Amino acid sequence: MNASGPQESAQPNRLAGAGLIDRIRPLSFQFDGKRYTGFDGDTLASALLAAGVRLVGRSFKYHRPRGILTAGSEEPNALVELRSGSRREANTRATVVELFEGLEARSQNRWPSLALDVGAVNSLFAPIFVAGFYYKTFMWPAVLWEKLYEPVIRRAAGLGRASTEADPDTYEKAYAFCDVLIIGAGPAGLAAALSTARSGARVILCDEDFLLGGRLNGERYEIDGVSGPAWTRQVEAELRASPETRILRRTTVFGVYDGGMSGTHTFAALQRVSDHLAIPPAHQPRQRLWRIIAQRTVLAAGALERPIVFGGNDRPGVMMASAVRTYVNRFGVIPGRHAALFTTSDDGWKTAFDLAAAGVRLAAIIDARSVVAPVLTEEAKRLDTRVFCGAQVVDAHGSRALERITVREDAGRLSQLQIDTLAVSGGWNPNVALCTHLGGRPRWSDAIAAFVPGDVPRGMAVVGAAAGSFSLKDALREGAAAGAAAAEATGFKSVKHREPRVTDELTAVVPLWCVSESKTKAFVDFQHDVTREDVALAAREGFSSVELLKRYTTLGMATDQGKTSSLNGHAIMAALTERAIPELGTTTSRPPYTPVALAAFAGVHRGKHFKPTRLTSGHAWAEGRGATFMESGEWLRAQWFAAPGETDWLTIITREVRAVRSGVGVCDVSTLGKIDIQGEDAAAFLDRVYINLFSTLPIGKVRYGLMLREDGLVLDDGTSARLAPQQYLMSTTTANAAKVMRHLEHARQVLWPELDVQIVSVTEQWAQYAIAGPNARRLLERLLGDAIDVSNAAFPYLACAEFSWRGVTARLFRISFSGELAYELAVPARYGDAAIRAIMSAGEDFGITPYGIEALGAMRIEKGHVTGNELNGTTTAADLGLGRMMSKKKDFIGRVLARRAGLADANRAALVGIKPTDKSARLYAGAHFLTLGAEVSLQNDQGYVTSVAFSPMLGHWIGLGLLVRGQERLGERIRAHSPIRGGDVDVEVVASVFFDPEGARLQS
Amino acid sequence: MARYAGDSTARLGFALMRYSIFNLVRQALSGHRAWGPAWRDAAPKSAYDVVIIGGGGHGLATAHYLAKIHGISNVAVLEKGWIGSGNAGRNTTIIRSNYLLAGNNPFYEWSMKLWEGLEQDLNYNAMVSQRGVLNLYHSDAQRDTYARRGNAMRMHGVDAELLDAEAVRRMLPFLDFNGARFPIHGGLLQRRGGTARHDAVVWGYARAASDRGVDIIQNCEVTGFIREAGTIVGVETTRGSIRAGKIGMAVAGSTSRVAELAGLKLPIESHVLQAFVSEAIKPFIPGVVTFGAGHFYISQSDKGGLVFGGDLDGYNSYAQRGNLPTVEDVCEGAMALMPAIGRVRVLRSWGGVMDMSMDGSPIIDRTVIAGLYLNAGWCYGGFKATPASGWCFAHLLARDEPHAVARAYRLDRFATGHLLDERGVGAQPNLH
Amino acid sequence: MLLIECPFCGARPELEFVYGGEAHIARPAADADLTPGQWAAYLYARSNTRGVHAERWRHTRGCGRFFNALRDTTTDQFIATYEIGQARPPSVPAQKIP
Repeated sequence: MNASGPQESAQPNRLAGAGLIDRIRPLSFQFDGKRYTGFDGDTLASALLAAGVRLVGRSFKYHRPRGILTAGSEEPNALVELRSGSRREANTRATVVELFEGLEARSQNRWPSLALDVGAVNSLFAPIFVAGFYYKTFMWPAVLWEKLYEPVIRRAAGLGRASTEADPDTYEKAYAFCDVLIIGAGPAGLAAALSTARSGARVILCDEDFLLGGRLNGERYEIDGVSGPAWTRQVEAELRASPETRILRRTTVFGVYDGGMSGTHTFAALQRVSDHLAIPPAHQPRQRLWRIIAQRTVLAAGALERPIVFGGNDRPGVMMASAVRTYVNRFGVIPGRHAALFTTSDDGWKTAFDLAAAGVRLAAIIDARSVVAPVLTEEAKRLDTRVFCGAQVVDAHGSRALERITVREDAGRLSQLQIDTLAVSGGWNPNVALCTHLGGRPRWSDAIAAFVPGDVPRGMAVVGAAAGSFSLKDALREGAAAGAAAAEATGFKSVKHREPRVTDELTAVVPLWCVSESKTKAFVDFQHDVTREDVALAAREGFSSVELLKRYTTLGMATDQGKTSSLNGHAIMAALTERAIPELGTTTSRPPYTPVALAAFAGVHRGKHFKPTRLTSGHAWAEGRGATFMESGEWLRAQWFAAPGETDWLTIITREVRAVRSGVGVCDVSTLGKIDIQGEDAAAFLDRVYINLFSTLPIGKVRYGLMLREDGLVLDDGTSARLAPQQYLMSTTTANAAKVMRHLEHARQVLWPELDVQIVSVTEQWAQYAIAGPNARRLLERLLGDAIDVSNAAFPYLACAEFSWRGVTARLFRISFSGELAYELAVPARYGDAAIRAIMSAGEDFGITPYGIEALGAMRIEKGHVTGNELNGTTTAADLGLGRMMSKKKDFIGRVLARRAGLADANRAALVGIKPTDKSARLYAGAHFLTLGAEVSLQNDQGYVTSVAFSPMLGHWIGLGLLVRGQERLGERIRAHSPIRGGDVDVEVVASVFFDPEGARLQS
Repeated sequence: MARYAGDSTARLGFALMRYSIFNLVRQALSGHRAWGPAWRDAAPKSAYDVVIIGGGGHGLATAHYLAKIHGISNVAVLEKGWIGSGNAGRNTTIIRSNYLLAGNNPFYEWSMKLWEGLEQDLNYNAMVSQRGVLNLYHSDAQRDTYARRGNAMRMHGVDAELLDAEAVRRMLPFLDFNGARFPIHGGLLQRRGGTARHDAVVWGYARAASDRGVDIIQNCEVTGFIREAGTIVGVETTRGSIRAGKIGMAVAGSTSRVAELAGLKLPIESHVLQAFVSEAIKPFIPGVVTFGAGHFYISQSDKGGLVFGGDLDGYNSYAQRGNLPTVEDVCEGAMALMPAIGRVRVLRSWGGVMDMSMDGSPIIDRTVIAGLYLNAGWCYGGFKATPASGWCFAHLLARDEPHAVARAYRLDRFATGHLLDERGVGAQPNLH
Repeated sequence: MLLIECPFCGARPELEFVYGGEAHIARPAADADLTPGQWAAYLYARSNTRGVHAERWRHTRGCGRFFNALRDTTTDQFIATYEIGQARPPSVPAQKIP
């Protein structure tokens, strides 16, 4: 297919020959199910316009028909659902979507169809649906708000639909560092890039468009005798040849964030790597989030043309004057056949001349200014176009699109013009958003009737239209100068180069915010349907500061973040309240500059890659044994090891516990924190961080220790082994390993830097296995042979040793969490897999049973050992029955504040055991204690169940809990109240140790 | 109805038109030209019975209840900017009363009760919407702590349900149930939790308080306190001196700075919490959902935007803007939990300054200086507390004794050890 | 993203650091005869400065060292970093707009 023949009629508004599109590459696409054709280089908007499609969407509140207003990322009206299924994207701006073969788009917020939208009935209620109307009604009767009013409002909410399936595409994140970041590749940005690149500085040039050039692509400028686009291609070629320059097209710098002391900043940018394709190519992300750290920045983000508020200014066919030029010059598309121009600026006149050059004679030029430069009017005369100076478009009329306008001429006479396109220019607003993300406020300029950059982030220069300099000559000059200055500031020598020759142009503007005589709805914020009357109502009701205005009317809160609406709204409010615009101020622009897909911020961190997965060196072995794993922080730990045919978890755990208590079992305990503490003052250091003494611990011995936070509450518990006079090995709970490390580092470096002590986490350096059960010693004897004497005499309870085993340094600790005769054997992590296989093989004759953390948990509850459930950050040593461990002979962290009345109160809850009075009853953790017969209330709350387990040894459920004055209540029957699950159970308060209270087994 | 007629109208000099569908329709016929200001923009008088520093939700609610419940209407609310310009207008609008501790739970439940009658009380639709708050859990240990909290709620008559994974899936089928790093095991649901329109809460309280004679004074920054014989008897402001019988501070985000003017050093650090809103999409998420394995929570506004947030930025700040790593962290949580929203676009992000108390719970108490009362330390839970905070602060100011449900919010609890630490993280405000 | 000058490693991205709260608050000596209330002031009371704030950071995912920093809490801009134990350097408030 090509541009001739049947395609010609399918693109009735396509001009012959013109534009930066590739006419030998036609692309077919669908909009609302209908097929169309455009060309490579089109946006969806330009292709729709070429096809004569004017109605593209419906507005938020009144469901007004809407078309295409702009040709850029500020578009408030032409939002579509792009793609389908799991790739469906709501609210996608047709003006920035690059056309690709097979593109599918649908209009939004309409039912049953775009042309016949039932929601448009809302327009009939427009007199009621004014700003904030919902605050004044729907209150009576109260019950109807939840049942009727709100569901109706919610159903009406939103524009497009999100996909309900997971986003199938991938996203990347990248860092980049540069000397100079240039934001915007229009004339100012290109000039800056040239002068910076020529200095040899590292340059990154970003532009949101897929073509470099900015306004040069939409205008008929000449630079050095060639067209704007041709000049752009020359510059681009030179930049591409420059080794230190990186050009990022389709990349929006959307946020300015903090940086360093030397004035660097971090700029966040989104590169749309594959959005111009139907689906991303293999191994390519859809989008890439850049964090660009730049020494200096040149902001050349251009300006945004502003609409004029007049009746019917939202009709499809009313379009920004610069957008009309872009469609004509860049895309070879004429938006309509019968056009007029409504302007308050010299710049707008270009649209008339460009349309004329494209063969479209304007019906009229309506300039609100009484006096216009003669050069403009003479040109219009030459083109045989009617000119109304000092005139205004009062109302635009039409049903689904523009059909006619009412013009008030200078003398006051009203006349009608039949047109289908009205180009509007209300002047230009410099694009200052990125100047304000760090808190800078823009400054008002009377000269251009707009805000210009005020305080800008350190190291940022603003040039061209973004700085309020609207002529091409100024843009090129300022860009080149700022680029050179930035290069010099980062230590490069700039090269002088000749200023390009360009023609002069006129840029005068006299602002016209609002046409006061309009009879029909005049829109300030198009997408949110905020009208002039809404602003007036806000003024009457006292919502007259810009922020209150925004919040009350939702002005500026649409997907364009007020780019096309805020200033007009503020100007109207200023006039209504008789204040100057700068006095009123402006709302703060927040990142992102244009909306960014949530997934882009997340990058690869989703699904299994959300957080790292930590595996012990015995993981593969456990997998081979059929372990079921569970998350323990970032670790995966074996929950249990199902034997063939076993499906019930309680059966498995019961088997595992019984096997340990009657024979021998092995459990991977590598995840417990291990901290190596060395130095002359290591003993003194431990005395200060534990509540009990460690300086008295003999070498080759292990001691249980408890650690408090400075506020006197328990931080963690564990054992520490003294391996040498100046070396301890501390163990922590799995959950608190990092927290304890941080705590110790704080103590060592900040509290007592004078102590000679070094600490290092060795959790991942050692694999550690608990070997527990009556046969544990026999197993070890077989396993370790002559390497170490493990007899009870040589290696009693709480002994430890480091020794050489099969040529490897190994450590053995006689400690027990299960309450059995038990040892923990540690080897360097790289031998962890070999060690567990060796343990299993040595234990084969003893029927060794691997057990998981559920069985471990059941055994520790049988023994009344506390763990994370009890060490929950709100318990004291005394609460846990460990108060007597608090040494009176020394200072330690938490010593003084633990004595506060609230923590020393005898009425605090203390650790107890519980067992159900009906032995068949199941217990649930999280149940609250009530005295029998007491009414259910928080006032009567007596504590709660912290941990429960089915005890295989006792044959019923047991639990640990914190009970008010618990230690005085052993033998009492109380109620474990759990309305949220399981119901209530009567329990007996017992000592917290259920099994082998004398500890005979672990000493054996 | 009576309170909008008669004497108050005469006193204020203008008629406050009652908000109703009837008046709305009537006004529609005349172009809404007769609506007056929602509240009076007052100029300061030289003295008041009570001066509230801070025109946010808490300050305005305090003024409203002082006038309505305690009959004290010679009250000024001083606001350095425009009302609601602090955290009242920067939060993620969640209301809930799913608290564990006996010192907290009755207070927040009282707040929920006040939310449930707010529209009728204020004659202002604050769009209180009880679509549920669901806290997801991802491990047995987390389930048990949620069960403990849920049981505590039920013991106080607060609704709570513990859902299993299947029930969560039925409610939110688009969550990641298959490929998640931390699988969803279930959730703790409070159906009465939900959201309210934050700005409307401010405006509703302002309008109701103003109607009862309270002076709302904007652009009036407190620059110092007036002391006589050890008692604070007034404030210096950018609009002159104002004397007061009692002065209440409700200046979240500026607490330490205003307290410093009175010579007080508080157990508070100010941190930035970011919030985000997406482009408006058709209804997708029914209630509020919080992720239990990362820093992320989300709801959808009546306008269609997804409103979400996560963790604090991590360091003291008054910058009222956030930093990029936290944005990424929050969105990672979002994608880990609900990868279907990956292509929904973030429209806007902003930061609020949270006065983080050292145990994560607020302070409503007298200070050591006679005449000065403190309402502070709301961390990132201030919005849902607005009605009860105002109610209890008004009670304290009027009667000089704490309200029953706010008794635990004492300033001296840090010295006495009667801490209210819901999460058990200790004196690390950036971890609450 | 903040680029923080670790006194030992140079400028590194903030992702490598963990904030450690207000600096120059000395833990009371073991033999000091203070009441729990005075201890509570040590642990809980904070200057919470709006402006130049002296604070601790730790280069957790780097050298592991704690150090002190001056940072303007109104702009989040770092002004200086220095080693633990050194006196607070004289500071000029950072520019309003960094």
